[in-house]
Amino acid sequence: MSAETIEKKPAEALLSKRRKKLVSDPLIDDNPVTIQVLGICSALAVTTQMKPTLVMAIAVIFVIVMSNFLISLMRNTIPSRVRIIVQLAVVATLVTLVNEVLKAFAYDMYKELSVFVGLIITNCIVMGRLEAFALGNKPYDSILDGFGSALGYSWIILTVAFFRELLGSGAVFGIPIYDYVSSLFGPDFQLATNGLMVSPVGAFMVLGLLIWVQRTKTGYVEH
Amino acid sequence: MQQSNTYIITFSVILTVVLGLLLSGTSQVLGPLQKEAIALDNKKQILGAVISGEEIAAMTPQQVNEYYSNRIASVVVDITGKEVTERDGVAVTAETVDIAKNYKKPAEERLYPVYIFHAEGSPESAENYILPLYGAGLWDAIWGYVALETDMNTVGGITLAHAGETPGLGARITEPGVQERYEGKTIYNESGELVAVEMQKGEGKDYSGDPHQVDGMSGATITAKGVNNMLKNYLGYYEAYIENKKSSSSVATL
Repeated sequence: MSAETIEKKPAEALLSKRRKKLVSDPLIDDNPVTIQVLGICSALAVTTQMKPTLVMAIAVIFVIVMSNFLISLMRNTIPSRVRIIVQLAVVATLVTLVNEVLKAFAYDMYKELSVFVGLIITNCIVMGRLEAFALGNKPYDSILDGFGSALGYSWIILTVAFFRELLGSGAVFGIPIYDYVSSLFGPDFQLATNGLMVSPVGAFMVLGLLIWVQRTKTGYVEH
Repeated sequence: MQQSNTYIITFSVILTVVLGLLLSGTSQVLGPLQKEAIALDNKKQILGAVISGEEIAAMTPQQVNEYYSNRIASVVVDITGKEVTERDGVAVTAETVDIAKNYKKPAEERLYPVYIFHAEGSPESAENYILPLYGAGLWDAIWGYVALETDMNTVGGITLAHAGETPGLGARITEPGVQERYEGKTIYNESGELVAVEMQKGEGKDYSGDPHQVDGMSGATITAKGVNNMLKNYLGYYEAYIENKKSSSSVATL
């Protein structure tokens, strides 16, 4: 079905300006985390270290893109009265798939993340994109839209995780940066880590600063 | 037509069946891999009681399996300390005993696996006896393994894990810094009673002078209590086995 409709309008390029905007808008100007303030829960919970955050980001990208794609494919057949349940069923299935794959291939990550991966279902970004976009747009556009939103979410949580792991544990991706820097200044010098950054409070602070910086730059004001 | 009840029900049924098949199919395909991953994780936890976490983290899964089969021997005992090789006509090995399932049975009927950490190639020269632990934390199950030295009194190391303790508070039982506090503590007091090791309330005090107490975790008193109960209970269940080993090892040294 989707192939036919695209062939009817061959004028639009595979990555036309409009489509590029679908991906780029959620990165800065319409970022789901810093502008729409969605998905905060997981942004606080998983971001103590870079590695689990990266896995989480990949999982979210997969779930949003796939669910946007599937719901968009089915958009004309979904009865509107049960559409939320249908969306939930699709999202929950995808999330369970991610969890099963993690359990089989990255058990350590599974132990650390399984609670939060399960909570992707309740991540407002996913349902938000399905309701706002996938139900009314073609599959390819929906994939781009989902990818953009997921990337917008991902770079924010990765940035938060970078600062939290660096300041809280003195490391990036588990590489002990602080120890290395300290060793440059002789044996008596030791950079102190900040325990606050490891707790969720630290995430609030980093995220708050990030939102501040970003909104100052884009000039976004809440009404 | 799309709003009719028949359509909605048919749509829902088809969707449910398709998604259900997809999920059960995945579970079938990935099941064996997941079992392997869980078994490997179990071995890592057992080894974690005797060697450091970093050492384990540096090993490939194959090396872990190899190390485990070279260095760990296991027996299963009952509450009286007698070795059990079969139950209800089924052969019993330590690796097949599910601690969580056994936990639901009365203590007298449970099977108690013992993992013996020995020098490479000589299962007779035991270095540590590793005993599993299982109990309740604040929110959910906690479990772990405690390694006893050959005097059956000194704690050589402990690994602790949990299903759902609060991150940053009770979940800290998985941290090496907390688990190291147990090393070198003893489980019997001077009059020969089993007192185990108790984690105290509050954090930051020095308990190095007391062989039966370790520093607590701030904000996680109930998890600590769970750990204390678990340790005391399970050492109690193994007491007959421990006494046996103790007397036989003292005979050997005489």
